[in-house]
Amino acid sequence: MTALTELSLRETAARVRRREVSATEVTRATLARIAAVEPGLGAFLTVCEPQALAAAAAVDRALAAGEDPGPLAGAAVALKDNICTAGIRTTAGSRMLERFVPAYDATVAARLRAAGAVLVGKCNLDEFAMGSSTENSALGVTRNPWDPERVPGGSSGGSAAAVAARECHAALGTDTGGSIRLPAGFCGVVGLKPTYGRVSRFGVIAYASSLDQVGPIARDVADAALVLAAIAGHDPRDATSAPRPLPPLDRLDGEVRGLRLGLPREYFVEGMQPAVETAVRAAVRVLEGLGAVVEPVSLPHTEHAVATYYLVATAEASSNLARYDGVRYGLRVPAASLGAMYEATRAAGFGAEVTRRIMLGTYVLSKGYYDAWYLKAQQVRTLIRRDFEAAFARCDALVTPVAPTTAFRRGERLADPLTMYLSDIFTISVNLAGLPALVLPCGFDEAGLPIGLQLVGRPFDEATVLRTAAAYEGATDWHARRPPG
Amino acid sequence: MAITHDEVRRVAALARLRLEPDLVARLAADLSHILDAFTRLQAVDTSGIPPTAHAEDLALALRPDEVTNPPADEALLAGAPDRRGRCFRVPRIIE
Amino acid sequence: MTQPALEAVIGLEVHAELLTRSKIFCGCSAAFGAPPDTNVCPVCLGMPGVLPVLNRRVVEFAIRAGLATHCRIAPRSVFARKNYFYPDLPKGYQISQYELPLCTGGHLDVLVDGTVRRIGLTRIHIEEDTGKNLHDVDDAASLVDFNRSGVPLLEIVSEPDLRTPAEAGAYLRMLRAILQYLEICDGNMEEGSFRCDANVSVRPRGHTGLGTKVEVKNMNSFRAVEKALAFEIARQTEALAAGERVRQETRLWDADREETRPMRAKEHADDYRYFPEPDLPPLVVDPAWVEEIRTTLPELPGPRRERFEREYGLSAYDADVLTQRKDLADYFETGVRAGAAPKEMANWTTTEVLRLVREEKLDAALAIREWPVTAAQVASLARLVQAGTITRSTAKALLPRLRGTGRDPAELVAAEGLAQVSDRGALERAVAEVLAAHPAQVAEYRAGKEKVLGFLVGRVMRASGGKANPQLVQELLRAALASETR
Repeated sequence: MTALTELSLRETAARVRRREVSATEVTRATLARIAAVEPGLGAFLTVCEPQALAAAAAVDRALAAGEDPGPLAGAAVALKDNICTAGIRTTAGSRMLERFVPAYDATVAARLRAAGAVLVGKCNLDEFAMGSSTENSALGVTRNPWDPERVPGGSSGGSAAAVAARECHAALGTDTGGSIRLPAGFCGVVGLKPTYGRVSRFGVIAYASSLDQVGPIARDVADAALVLAAIAGHDPRDATSAPRPLPPLDRLDGEVRGLRLGLPREYFVEGMQPAVETAVRAAVRVLEGLGAVVEPVSLPHTEHAVATYYLVATAEASSNLARYDGVRYGLRVPAASLGAMYEATRAAGFGAEVTRRIMLGTYVLSKGYYDAWYLKAQQVRTLIRRDFEAAFARCDALVTPVAPTTAFRRGERLADPLTMYLSDIFTISVNLAGLPALVLPCGFDEAGLPIGLQLVGRPFDEATVLRTAAAYEGATDWHARRPPG
Repeated sequence: MAITHDEVRRVAALARLRLEPDLVARLAADLSHILDAFTRLQAVDTSGIPPTAHAEDLALALRPDEVTNPPADEALLAGAPDRRGRCFRVPRIIE
Repeated sequence: MTQPALEAVIGLEVHAELLTRSKIFCGCSAAFGAPPDTNVCPVCLGMPGVLPVLNRRVVEFAIRAGLATHCRIAPRSVFARKNYFYPDLPKGYQISQYELPLCTGGHLDVLVDGTVRRIGLTRIHIEEDTGKNLHDVDDAASLVDFNRSGVPLLEIVSEPDLRTPAEAGAYLRMLRAILQYLEICDGNMEEGSFRCDANVSVRPRGHTGLGTKVEVKNMNSFRAVEKALAFEIARQTEALAAGERVRQETRLWDADREETRPMRAKEHADDYRYFPEPDLPPLVVDPAWVEEIRTTLPELPGPRRERFEREYGLSAYDADVLTQRKDLADYFETGVRAGAAPKEMANWTTTEVLRLVREEKLDAALAIREWPVTAAQVASLARLVQAGTITRSTAKALLPRLRGTGRDPAELVAAEGLAQVSDRGALERAVAEVLAAHPAQVAEYRAGKEKVLGFLVGRVMRASGGKANPQLVQELLRAALASETR
C-alpha cells in the first residue's frame, strides 16, 4: 500500500489522531518500505523494528484511552546516528562507537517521542559528522535516491536519503558547516538548520560545539515546521540553548509581499554549474513575482569563510574527540602500556578524514600557533558575522544556491580534501554567524538531479525563512517530484 | 607553508594518534596544502576585532546546588571495555 | 646551610574542594566516601553528547573566597578547556578558567614570628576535579573511580611573595582557616580536600628577577610542605654553590626518604592548548549579588585575631591559636561572654578543652558541633577558680567529669563539697597544728632553709583534703613562722 508512506507527516499524524489509521499500520508500512528500498540505498545503519512497533502500540493505546498522543502521533521519524538514543546503538558512523549503546536519550530524541513520533531507525553519516558526502562513514555506503552512482551529500546523507526515498516522514540531521542543507539540496528535500541555540545539543555527539545544530529534514516546508516546533526550545541541560521560545509557526501563510530579499554577490561565483545558477535565479524571479523585493548585497569576507570554518571547527573537534580513548566505553585496542593503548585505539577507531581534522585542529591550538591560526580565525569569524548584520539591516532574508553543483559522483572528490571542503562554500558562513537557514528544491539539472535553494534569516527569525520558503513552495511543484523507486 | 614530519609527529603525540610513516608523510603534505590555502586569512585586517569565542550573546545560566542524579546503576558501566568491580580498568599508570 | 647571599622565592598553588551538595557541572552528589563509580552520570563520565551546566553555589563560594581575600571579582569571566590525556580525566580536557578568571589581585595577611606579612594572590578561579586512579591488585593495571570527577575546585594561586618554609606554612594555615570560616572547604590536606603545589627558586638577595623555577608536588600535609621547601631550597642553593645550574623541572616530595626527586619525564611536553570553552557562555556576575554575598561574610581569622588581642588583651600567640578555627574562636568568646576572664578562658580552651576534643577525635570536622564540655560550663569553672572557690587543680580534675553531662560545675562543687577552704580561722588552726607537729622543719625554716615552706604547705593541704586555699595557707604559714622567731 503505497498510500501510507506517500502521505505528508502532518496528514499522517492527523489521520492517526482521528483514528482513521493506526500508528501500528503506519509503522508496518514504513518498515516494509525500508526493507524494500534499503538494499539499493543504504540510508540506515540501524533499523529498530521492535522498538518502533512498541512505540506505535503505545501511541495507539493512548488514543484508545482518550489521551492526546502528541502532534506527531504515529509519524515515522529517523535520527542521524550521532544523536543518542537510549538502548539503541549510536555509532556516529565510526568504528570507535560501532557497538556503543547509550543509556540516555538526546533531548531532541525524547521530545520527538513525547510528541508521539515513532523512531524507525538511525541514519548513516560521515564519521563524526565530518564530511560533505557521507563517503567518510566507516560503517556503510549511502546512495543518492535520484542516482545510485552519486552521493547523497553529507554529513546527514542518510537522513536526507531516507526522507527523499519515503522511508520515513521526517528525519533529524545535524548541521555544522552545511550538513543538513547540502544533503537536503542534493536529495531534493527540505532541510532546516535552526539558529544556534534554538535546539538543544544535549545528547548530540559533538563535532564543533559552537557550530553544531540539530534540525529537521522533511518532504515539505510545513512538515519541517511541525518537526521544528516539536524539538525546539530551551533545555536546562544545554547551557548554550537560548531561553527564547519558538513563536507559533502554524500560520505559514506564505505572504511575501514587500519582503526584502538580499542576493549576496559573492555567492554567484565562477565555476558554478550553469544549471544551478539558472535555477536559483529563476527561483528569485518567482519570489519577485510574489511581491518580494530583491536587491544585491555584499558579504565581503565570504572568501575567508572556508578557512575560518576549518580552523575553528577542527580545533573544537580535536578537543571534543579526546574523550574517545578506550577507557570508559567504545572501542579499545588492548596494549601493554597506557600510552600504546590510547594510540592504538584511536588509530583503529578513527578514519582518515577524522584523523586529518584532529591533526589540523590540534596543530592550530598548539603552542606558538594559537594566535596566528585559531585566534585569527575567530576574529575573522566576527567580521563574517558583522557582514550578515549589515546585510540584514537592509534585508529580511538572503537567497543563495546551496552548493556550486548538484550531487557529484562517488569517489570524485576524495583525492584532494580541499576540493571536498569547497562543497560547503555557500553553507559554511551561516554556521559561523549562527543564523537560521533552510534549503528546498528549486529545480533539476539535465541529469535529473535536484537543485537546492537556500534561504537565510536573522537570528531567531525561522518564521520569516519558513514563510518565504512556503510561499515559493506554494508557487512551484518541485517538492512533489519523487526519485525513481 | 611547509609542515615538517617532525611537526606532524609532535602533533600526533599531543593527539595520541599513532601514525605509520607513510601516513606521517601524507598528513604533512595534506596539512601543508590546507594551511597554504588558508594563509590568505593572515592578510585580513583584524586589529581591534574581538574573537567570537561564543556563538551567541548569552550570559551563562546557572543551576541550583541540588543532587538530582540517583546513584548510578550498572547500565552506565556496562559499556566499559575492562572493569574490576565498579572501577574502570586500564593498563598500569606509571607516575 | 643556606648561603647568606641567596634568598628563596616561593609561590604556592592550592586546590580546594568545595563543600557543595552536587558536582560542578551535573546533579551527581559531591559527597566523599561512596562506593566507586556510584556518584557518576553520563556528564561526569564524559560520555558522547553530554554538556556541562554550572552549579550556582560554586560561583557563590568562589565569590566568597575572592571577597575574603580582597580580590577583584570579574564582572565577566570565561571558562576554558585544558586539554591532555589521562585516565582520570574523562573528557580528555578539564574545564577550568584561563585568561579571564573570576577573581584576581587579592592578598592574605599572615603572622610569622610575630610579624604580619602581606602575601599577594595572583588569582582564584573555578575548575572541575578529576577522578581518582587506584592501583589494581595486580601490578599490570590501574583502576579508575570517577566519583570525584566533576567535584568543584577553587584554584588559589599566590604571588611568589613567600620567602621561607615557615612563611609558607603560615600562609597555608591562614588560607585554610579562611576557607573554613567561610564554610566553603573543610581544608583537609590528608584527605585531599586541600592540596598544595609549590614553585621554588633561589636568587641573590636584592635581585628582582626570578631564578629557575622548580615545581614541587606530592606534599600531603603542612609539615610536608615546610620540609619539602626546606629541602628544595637547600638543594638548589648547594647546586648553585657548586657552580651547577638548577634544572627547570617538576619534582615529587618523597615523605619516606624526606627528599624531592625529579618526576619521571613525561613522554609528551605539556601543551594544554587552552581555548575558551564553547559549551559555557561567559559567566556574568551581577554586582548586586556580589554585595549581597559580602554581607554574609563572617569576621575573618586575621581581623578576629587582632580584635582578640585588642579587646581581650590576649597575646598574639594565644589569639592566633584561638582563631585558627572559627569554632574554637566562637567557643572562646561564648565563654568570655558568660563571665570567664579572657586569659583564663583562652588557657582552658587551648589546653584542657582542646585535649578532650582531640581525644574524642572531634577536630576532624569543619565545625565541632558537639563539644565534650560547653563553653558555659568552662566559663563557670573559670569563674569558680577566679573567685577562689576552688583550686585550679580541683577544676582540672572536674573538667572531664562534666563531659556530656550538661551540669553546671558550681552545682557539682556544692553537691560534693569541693569548695576550697578560705576561712582564715579554720586555716590558722590547721597551720598551728602542722607547725606543732613538725618542729624539725620549723627549725630548719627559721635557720634560713626557705624551701621547707613547700613541705609545710603540703602538710596543710593534705590535712584539709586538698581543699585549702594554697595562697592563703602560704601567707598564714609565713606569718606564723615569722611571728615565732621573736
